Amino acid sequence: MRYIPHTEDDVARMLRVVGKPSVASLFDHIPERLRAKRPLDIAPLDEARLLAHLGELGAKSRPAVGVTEREGAALSFLGAGLTSHHVPTAVDMMLMRSEWYTSYTPYQPEVSQGTLTAIFEFQTMVSELYGLGLANASMYDGATAAAEALMMAERLTGKHKSLLSYALHPHYTDTIYTYLRSQHGHEAEGYAPCVSFGKDGRVDQGQLSAALSAGDVGCVVVQSPNFFGVVEDVAAIAKLAHDAGALLVVANAEPLAFGVLQSPGAVGADIAVGEGIGLAIPPSLGGPGVGLFAARPEYVRQLPGRLVGETTDKDGRRGYVLTLATREQHIRREKATSNICTNQGLIALAFTIHMSLLGRRGFTELARINLSLSEHAKSVLTKVPGVSLAFTGATFNEFTLALPRNAFDVVKALAERGIYAGVSSRAAGLYRAETPPSTGGTKLVAPDDRWLTLAVTERHDRSTIDRLAAALTEVLR
Amino acid sequence: MSDRRIPEVHPVDTLNLLHTEKLIFEQGAPGRSGASLPPLDVPAIDPASLFGSMARTEAPLLPEVSEVEVTRHFTRLSRWNYAIDIGLYPLGSCTMKYNPKVNERTARMPGFAGVHPMQLESTMQGALELMWRLEQCLIELTGFQRVTLQPAAGAHGELCGIMMVRAYHTARGKSPKKVLIPDSAHGTNPATCAANGLEVVGLKTGADGIIDLESVKAAIAAHPNDIAGIMITNPSTLGLFEEHLGEIADLVHEAGGLVYMDGANFNALLGKVRPGASGVDVMHINLHKTFTTPHGGGGPGSGVVGVGERLVPFLPTPIVEPLADGGEGYRLDYDRPQSIGRMRSFFGNFGMFVRAYTYMRELGGEGLTKATEMAVLNANYVRALLSDVYSLAYDKPSMHEVVFTDKRLKKETGVQTLDVAKRLIDFGYHPPTIYFPLPAVTGGAGALMIEPTETEAPETLEHFCAAMRAIAVEAIADPSIAKSAPLNTAMRRLDETKAARNPKLRWTPTT
Repeated sequence: MRYIPHTEDDVARMLRVVGKPSVASLFDHIPERLRAKRPLDIAPLDEARLLAHLGELGAKSRPAVGVTEREGAALSFLGAGLTSHHVPTAVDMMLMRSEWYTSYTPYQPEVSQGTLTAIFEFQTMVSELYGLGLANASMYDGATAAAEALMMAERLTGKHKSLLSYALHPHYTDTIYTYLRSQHGHEAEGYAPCVSFGKDGRVDQGQLSAALSAGDVGCVVVQSPNFFGVVEDVAAIAKLAHDAGALLVVANAEPLAFGVLQSPGAVGADIAVGEGIGLAIPPSLGGPGVGLFAARPEYVRQLPGRLVGETTDKDGRRGYVLTLATREQHIRREKATSNICTNQGLIALAFTIHMSLLGRRGFTELARINLSLSEHAKSVLTKVPGVSLAFTGATFNEFTLALPRNAFDVVKALAERGIYAGVSSRAAGLYRAETPPSTGGTKLVAPDDRWLTLAVTERHDRSTIDRLAAALTEVLR
Repeated sequence: MSDRRIPEVHPVDTLNLLHTEKLIFEQGAPGRSGASLPPLDVPAIDPASLFGSMARTEAPLLPEVSEVEVTRHFTRLSRWNYAIDIGLYPLGSCTMKYNPKVNERTARMPGFAGVHPMQLESTMQGALELMWRLEQCLIELTGFQRVTLQPAAGAHGELCGIMMVRAYHTARGKSPKKVLIPDSAHGTNPATCAANGLEVVGLKTGADGIIDLESVKAAIAAHPNDIAGIMITNPSTLGLFEEHLGEIADLVHEAGGLVYMDGANFNALLGKVRPGASGVDVMHINLHKTFTTPHGGGGPGSGVVGVGERLVPFLPTPIVEPLADGGEGYRLDYDRPQSIGRMRSFFGNFGMFVRAYTYMRELGGEGLTKATEMAVLNANYVRALLSDVYSLAYDKPSMHEVVFTDKRLKKETGVQTLDVAKRLIDFGYHPPTIYFPLPAVTGGAGALMIEPTETEAPETLEHFCAAMRAIAVEAIADPSIAKSAPLNTAMRRLDETKAARNPKLRWTPTT
């Protein structure tokens, strides 16, 4: 057993030192009624057979992302909360260093300066991208970060009513709903997505303004670019929210957008959260992700999650430590700002390394490449007979088409041709959120089953976009 | 600045080739980049033409460095970290066992790493099958009816588990508010209750270190018809088996409550106890502890949750099911009307599922049982080698970890737990968990919580214990050494008070 070093002689000698007659006797104090009644039934495999077995399982899926498409990956335009970018080889090579992936929480700063320094750099990058002076060491993912942001806003305003945009990623809406229902019980019925969107695909400001008029709202949550890819007018929404005494949380599933767009903080967001997986590691069925969390610095005492701060050592040299832990569960227990214990250290590291490689120029350039290819794809795809844009609002690298028929059927037909064309608005468990919540009498625009949301990135080029257009034409014929 | 540049250098900038490293933001030069981007073969779009005033006018302050500088920076930083692959990492309750290399290979297979969560189910069958198989292994290990893989970490699993407990009561038209939690519990337990709008009723650890049955009876009697459940860590954070678990479960069930078991220490129970068959209704397991997925400097983890029959309807959506019509394959089931809902986006930390499943299949049932046996033997061996020098917190038999206090040492030498921890670094070890759990640190004592895990050979433990003993001996001769430790590290003791008093939480340019 290669991970368990004990020889028979070792065990015998150790038992003599411990003063026990047998290994079994170490468990003698476990009462009979609690003991397992039979041995475990799991068959072991040696490494070669293990690799063969896992390889066979893996071969039963067709990946969206591979080293090259020729190796069996589909041509993928999937986004919807996870837009995979090309992550350079240097990132994964670095993650495989034992010093990174086999270390733990930097409880002892003298032997964890690597992790602590990297988190400090990560916090700086998230703060820069979202334009807010404060960022934490990361959350589980974008959806849980959004739920934590809403709860933080409620603590700050003392108001327990929030407004959610209907164009927020349905997984984020559902997660927020789960968290709040647990905290507030049935009162959470008020947390429905209740702000609809107009023909431009953006938040209906008239409706938002009306919903805010009573002054009882603590928090407004919108996503930008939103689930349909449309860029929200965050500045206008922020003004409406602030005038009504509410805080604005901006969620974002594609941080790259802020290479070409004003950061949420620069246009009035109080808290910004996002998902960094697409810029950090391969999609891995969507997990592990890395939740990005930024806020105005004055809110630091209400921030959930870990924080790293700068300090000095005994000799006056600059170093880093976990800090402001009095917000956290291991100190505050039931009075903590969140029950979160860890962060997503390794994925945050991958994000930090990739951001370092892209750098100031590369990040902006990559964002422009995405924008240009996406605009090109829009013009090519809307030339396909019967296909138009679902919304008039500006988009970044993701947009929504209105197809002449059910988009889910089209997605299936294209998958058979090796193309993952995108996500149909009613597929894959999306819009579960439309069932439970009461909408406060507000009329919502129901997602149309002909809508297809797709992402175009630097992984694509003129020819792959043409391939999608040709296949779409064929399927729709 | 002159074109001919010669900076100031000092030999103290490196110690044993460990480089004093500037932040990545402080390196490089304007205009430099480590990006590899494709040429644009379509018309370039000016963001301002599309977004108007919403277009970004100034690029974010990201580093300006080449790939060489990035590689060196993060390689150099990594060398400032201690890690399992460097040596024994005896953090109690963290189960820092060896992370098998083959796990990293399987998790990176394109059929796993390359799968997008929004693919059609028919194109991700291998991923769904892996999740199903992992769940079956976990059911075999725990005796539960079903296991949700969704929670991202142990604390997230707790949140999920207590949400289900609450939903169970709500579905029965009840809303009990009290959760019994022993004082030895991890801080996430009470924080989880607070996040669920529930109130903690503390249970005092008995004189023998485990939960006292009478205190449970008293707590239940004090809150008639208001017991939502109990959260019980077994083995406890003191490394002791909760011998009254069966009776406690009976009492809580009679009072209408449910039993949550914190499975953080499940590494002590593989093949020995199946909690789902022992009166436990719900339990989270940390795949990153017991099942060797790497800790990654503080995540990602995975906090899967097993449930008994009563809680199955409340599991988060979606869950993986075999195809209903007898066809071969798997599907995602969203149609679960009593579900607590979604805990997060997508399906969980899938990369960790691949690693944990790889590990379970390599060891098999017999190997996993042996892992538990050797983990318990190792903890008891450390206990036997140290208990004449350090004070045992409790005298009951140890499971996977052993907790010592500094009572004797502190009284005789003034050297305390923190000093011992820092001095251990000079001997080449990551310190154990310190000042936890709470029952061991009453009366101003400091606790050292040592969990060696089964992957350590006896010689390693002997060397570690020799270091612990040397520190105690040295403390008598000259207590000032431990108090100023670590002495051999490139970075000395850091000023945590200063960091908190004047928080500097991001880099800002000096000019």
